[in-house]
Formats: sequence, structure tokens, C-alpha cells
Amino acid sequence: MDTTRRVSTISARVDAAVSSVDSVEDELELSAVRHRPEGLGQLEAQTRFSRKELQILYRGFKNECPSGIVNEETFKDIYAQFFPQGDASTYAHFLFNAFDTDHNGSVSFEDFVMGLSILLRGTIQEKLKWAFNLYDINKDGYITKEEMLDIMKAIYDMMGKCTYPVLKEETPRQHVEVFFQKMDKNKDGVVTIDEFIDCCQNDENIMRSMHLFENVL
Amino acid sequence: MATGVAAWLPFARAAAIGWMPVASCPMPVAPRDHRRRQDELIILNVSGRRFQTWRTTLDRYPDTLLGSSEKDFFYNEETKEYFFDRDPDAFRSILNFYRTGKLHFPRHECISAYDEELTFFGIIPEIIGDCCYEEYKDRKRENLERLQDDQEENKDVKLPHMNFRQTMWRAFENPHTSTMALVFYYVTGFFIAISVITNVVETVPCGSTPTQKDMPCGERYTVAFFCMDTACVMIFTVEYLLRLFAAPSRYRFMRSVMSIIDVVAILPYYIGLVMTDNEDVSGAFVTLRVFRVFRIFKFSRHSQGLRILGYTLKSCASELGFLLFSLTMAIIIFATVMFYAEKGSSSSKFTSIPASFWYTIVTMTTLGYGDMVPKTIAGKIFGSICSLSGVLVIALPVPVIVSNFSRIYHQNQRADKRRAQKKARMARIHLAKSGSANAFLLSKRNGLLNELLELTGTNTGEQKLPKSACLLESQHHHLLHCLEKTTAHEFVDEQLYEQNYVEAVMQSFPAARRESVSSRDTATPTCCGRRSKRNTTLPIAALQPGVNQQGPLQELSAIHIQCADRPSRSTSRSKLNLKADDVGRLNCKGGRITTAIVSLPSPPALTTPDSDNLRGPPTRRPPLPSPGPSIQTTTSSANVVKVSAL
Repeated sequence: MDTTRRVSTISARVDAAVSSVDSVEDELELSAVRHRPEGLGQLEAQTRFSRKELQILYRGFKNECPSGIVNEETFKDIYAQFFPQGDASTYAHFLFNAFDTDHNGSVSFEDFVMGLSILLRGTIQEKLKWAFNLYDINKDGYITKEEMLDIMKAIYDMMGKCTYPVLKEETPRQHVEVFFQKMDKNKDGVVTIDEFIDCCQNDENIMRSMHLFENVL
Repeated sequence: MATGVAAWLPFARAAAIGWMPVASCPMPVAPRDHRRRQDELIILNVSGRRFQTWRTTLDRYPDTLLGSSEKDFFYNEETKEYFFDRDPDAFRSILNFYRTGKLHFPRHECISAYDEELTFFGIIPEIIGDCCYEEYKDRKRENLERLQDDQEENKDVKLPHMNFRQTMWRAFENPHTSTMALVFYYVTGFFIAISVITNVVETVPCGSTPTQKDMPCGERYTVAFFCMDTACVMIFTVEYLLRLFAAPSRYRFMRSVMSIIDVVAILPYYIGLVMTDNEDVSGAFVTLRVFRVFRIFKFSRHSQGLRILGYTLKSCASELGFLLFSLTMAIIIFATVMFYAEKGSSSSKFTSIPASFWYTIVTMTTLGYGDMVPKTIAGKIFGSICSLSGVLVIALPVPVIVSNFSRIYHQNQRADKRRAQKKARMARIHLAKSGSANAFLLSKRNGLLNELLELTGTNTGEQKLPKSACLLESQHHHLLHCLEKTTAHEFVDEQLYEQNYVEAVMQSFPAARRESVSSRDTATPTCCGRRSKRNTTLPIAALQPGVNQQGPLQELSAIHIQCADRPSRSTSRSKLNLKADDVGRLNCKGGRITTAIVSLPSPPALTTPDSDNLRGPPTRRPPLPSPGPSIQTTTSSANVVKVSAL
């Protein structure tokens, strides 16, 4: 069932790769790709959701994105609706990269549902790993201060301007310092995944908050 | 959050896990989802046509008829469906609104019927999507104008009593308002015509006297012409002064084009009066008389067409400029060529390049006076090229200008319309956004109340405030709350933000407040510690009304809710504290800090029946700023008022 689905997407991608990069053709490619997800049974096996939950998820997903895939612009728009006071686009960009595991520029329903499965039904290890992956912008296995600063600025951007206390320029930087003090055990300027997971598991607050969204669906 | 992204809320909440490792403070508890039942299909029977949809689809908009319990009034027990005796065609777009989040306006619908349907189902028309909004507004305005026209024809124009000045101005601007205005209009028109004709006839040679050769009538009948001129100028002056008197804004009137024309038309006469019989300046005086021709422009007040012409020329200025520029280029080129070609021939009229300009212009515009003609062969060749290209250079831009003119004219009309609508559209978007933000701020206060009462739960079990509007909204607010906790900053509305900003600047001076500033700035590991420090110093600051306390100043601060076993503090705030040492003492739900709005100048003493159990007096609810007409107004705003009124 999935092979038939893949044929259309693969052929479209091959065409795009072979032909020259042209904006018109890019648009055509995106609109020509109608993505159909794998069968319900397969998804049920791969994720920790039940059939009913997958149905509900897919209905909502397809409603917003009738073509079956989300590109970054749409993703940013959707995410920005939840944060009316600030600018959520930078954080949405990082989120998009975290969800788009195969880095093809679009989030399909499988990517979406895999991500959600980890976030909502995964073990603590998996969730922390996902968070680490989010922070590690260039996916090299280390979180540097610059990456963390980018993420922090993105989060603070979502707050917008009208906050109490008034947001200062150095607040994200200070926050990053605090974070690194806590996480970077061997003080080598980067946080590796083991340091991260260790440190989070020792922190009560973080552990507690990881369970916060378990009954979201 | 009024669109179909409600389905993505679970995703947004799940993604919030990304904030957890960097959060400064512990997270608030998530709202509980009490309804664990399965999603069910409901049947909506609209005049016999059955629509079916999920219950959650309708629940997205809880302040409409279908989303609230109001639809229970239409429930039919026998058939287990909701029956509405309305138009099924219009209902289609209404139901699609629930499904997609966008309200569309079907083109074939009558505007008033559609409006009625929207009102019946509790949907405000302002949320019509951008694709249909212009059409909707246009039709609505047309309808309104038609109604107004009908009304105007019926009634006498009995306007409210205006003062003399306003009546006069109206009479000047619109001559059809009264007979006097019409008379005035015709009289001035007549005198303008007389004045122009006089100017013209003045220069005609009329009859020869035996003494001298033909002289113009102006010199022959000097006195008569002078009297005529005087009369006209007097009328114009009086008119100008009257207009100046009646104008609502004198400065603006004096700057307007028409008044400048008026002034220029009558000024030469007065200058002439002043400077009579002075031989030196008589030359200049004669030149001034040229300006009398400007009186003809006064006709533009009388003619709508002239005004439109003037305006369109103004708007076509760039095209005309381009034509001029290209012509100039061609003239210079050809004049140079002709000059050098004719240089050789003797007795050539082409003495210099500027002299050749005249030839080039005359040839290119195909006038061909013949006063300058080329004599050499090369000159003739280039001359013919010049005349051929002249046809092209002139003929081409003219249709472009004409079509440009008509395009610009229509475009201007459309652009004005779109500009007016754009402001309305931006306002709507801003309103929706601020409505959503305001809803969150509002619910924070309500949420606090809920928790306050829940905590003291056992004693006031009956007094349960109904849950805030809907689960979706509370989940969204919980998400925003988590963001606040992650960054240890709170959302605030604009006025508060400005006030706080000013305060933060002001607060650096008075010594009493220095503590609060410093405590705010130190980066403590948990924001909880920070909060407690701030609370001890802020009361002092609060009781000294500072520089900018006008009206109900509100300040965000942590609110302390104390349980019965805790001695009350002297401060006016209570706190749900999660410091480790206090956890044992408080039997409150751990892991929460809630915030609320405290009003400062008023003494914080309000006794509510529940507060008997609270040792610290809870704070007085400030008069709530009315949230903007948000799409999802929480119904609990009424409940908040109830509590504070106790």
C-alpha cells in the first residue's frame, strides 16, 4: 500500500532533482505531491496510539492541510495562532526541524504522529532525547551555547513585548548561563546527550513537568 | 484562537515539552478533561435537510448557538436530532464555518437574509474570511445607501440648526441647497464670464479715429473698461472675503488651490491701483495684467469636468514627464545632427544647436512651418529621418498616456476603496489577536479564583464557580501559562506594560524601591525565590503612591493564598508557595504558583464569605477592563463580577 504512495512522491522528487531549480517548478512539485499516509494498521504498530486516537489525529491534520503534508510556512502559521502576543516563527522553525526527521522540508502525517507518540506516550528517556534533538540545531550531538542562545531567544520571542517584568536584552543570555551551569558537568562548553539526560533525571521539577501532558489526547 | 487550528492544540501542547528542560519555574497543572466520552455525531435537521457533524466540531465556538447549550432548546426528543426551521442553503456556509474555521459569504445570497441567519446562530459577521469580506462589505454598504436614499427622498431636508457661518459655507460649496446659493452661483459665474470677455475685447482694435491708427478698444474706451474691471474685481473680492469668513478652517482654505487662484485673479488690479502712473514699472504692470487670465480658472468651481481634468493631469504627471523626457532626448539628438550636417552650407539658418531645436520640434510634430529648411543632401536625409521618427516618438506615448489615464483613474478609485477597507481589515486582525490575548489574561484572573476556591474546597464546597468557557480554551491558556513559567515572565496587556515600563525607569531613583529593582535583577535559580523577595518590598512601594498612579493602577504580583493553619501576614497578598520548607506546613496542592492582578491604591480589604477561612484578606477584584469583542469570550466574566460584589 505504501509503495503506491511512494511512487508519486519519489517520481516528483526525482524530477525536481534532475530539472533545474526554478520557483515555478517548485510550486508545481509541492502542489503535485498529494501525500497519503501508510495504512492505519501499520501506524498503529509503529506508534503508541490506538486506532481511534490515530483517526482523531488524522482528521484534524487533514483538515488543516488537505494536501497531506505540512510545509514550513503553514507550520509557522498554525503555531503562531497559539501565541498571539509574540512572534512564534523562530521557535516554530526549530520545531519543524525537530519533527521533520528525514529533512525533506515537509512534515507528513507519519512524521507528525511519530513525534507526537514520543512526546505524549514515550518514556522519559525518549522525551529527553527528543528535547535534546530539538536544542541541537545542527544535529551534531552537542549543544553549544550559541545553539542554546538561539533556542532561548526563540522562546522569549514568543512572549512578545508586553511582559512583566519587562524583557531585557540579556535575559535570554542569562537564562542560557543558568542552563549551562546546571547541565554542563565537565565544563567543556558543550552539553552532550548523556550529561543532559543525567542532569534532567536528577532534577525533580523537570521530571514532574515531563508528565504534564500525558493525557493530552 | 478562533480558527480550525483547534485540532492542532494537542500538538502545540505536546511540543511544549521542548520548554521543560529550560524552564525557570515549575509548571502549572494541566486542566483536567472531565469528558472522557467518545466523540459522537449529532444530526442537525434544518428545514428537512439533515446535516451531520461531530460534537467536537460544534464545540469549537462555544459562544454561538450551536456551540453552546442554547441548541438544547431545539432538541427533538423523538427523532433525537436538533431541528431548526431556517434556510438550509444559508446554513451550509454556517456549518462550514465550524468545520473549517472560515466563514464564507455565498455570492447569490441576499445580504439581509444572510445577516439574519448569522444573527440567529450567534455568529458575528466580522469574522467573515478575507476572501469574502470585501464583497460582503460592498453589498452591505450598497444596501445601506439604498435605504438611505429612500429615506432622504421621503423626508424634507430639515437639517439640524446650523449657525450662520456653517449655512453660508454649505451654500458656497453646494449651490443647490437654497435659492440664495443658486443666485450667488450664477451671479459669480456671470461676472467671471464678463471679466474674461472684457480682457479679450480689450485688445481688439476697434474702429479707427481720424487722429491715430487702429488702437485696441482698451485704450479707446479706457474709462468704460476700467469701470467694468473694477466692478468685477469688487465682486470677486467680496466673494473671497465671504468664503474666507465662512470657511470652517481658515488656514486650510487659504492653502487650497481655488483660493490661490482667486487671489491671483484679483491681485493685479490692486497692484495696479497702487502703482499707477509710474513709468518705470509700467512694463511690469502690463505683465501683471496677464495674470488676469487666471480668472478663467475660477470656472472650475462651476464645472465638475474641469476639476476632474485637473486631477487626472496631476495623477498622470509621471507619464507626461516621461513623454517630455523622451521628446527632449530625440530633439537634442536630431538638432545636433542637423546642425553638423548643415554646417557646411552657406546662408544656413542652422546657426547653432539651440537654433536647430526649433526646426526639430516643428518637424517632429509634423508642423513644418518652413521657416527653416535643410539645404545639403545630408541635411535633407537626416531631416526626413527626423520627421519619420517624430511621428513614432509622438504617436506612441499618446495612446499609452490615454490608457494610463483611464487605468489610473479607475485604479485610484479602487485603491482608495481598498485603503479604506485595509484599515478595517487590520483592525479586525488586531482585534482578533488582542481578543485572544485578552481572553487569556482574563482567564488568568478567573483561573486564580477557581483555584482559590478549590483550595479552600472542603469548607466552601457548594460555592463552585462554573468552569471557564470551554476545555479547549482552558487548555490553550494552560499552554500560555507554561510558557510564562518557562521564561519567568508574564503576559501583560499593553497599558500595564507601558505603566510598568515607566515605573521601572522611575523606580531606579527612590531609595525605597531600590530593593525591588535589585531583587528583580538578581538571577536566582528559581523564580520562586525572586518572587518572595519582591513581595516583601513591594508593599512599601505600593503604599507610597508613586509618580504615575492615575486611576486604578494594576500590578501583577504573586498572590498568596494561605491555608488555615498559617498565621496571616501583614502584607496584603497571599502566596501559594512551593518552597521546600513550607511544603510540609501547607496542605495545599504543591507545584503551583498562581498569579493575579492586584489593585494598589485601594485598601485591600474585601471580605467574602469564603475568606473567613483565609487568614489573609484576599485582594479586591479591580474593575475588569472589558475585553475587546473577542471571538471566544469567557462566560465566567459575569461570575467574577458576582464574587467581587459580595
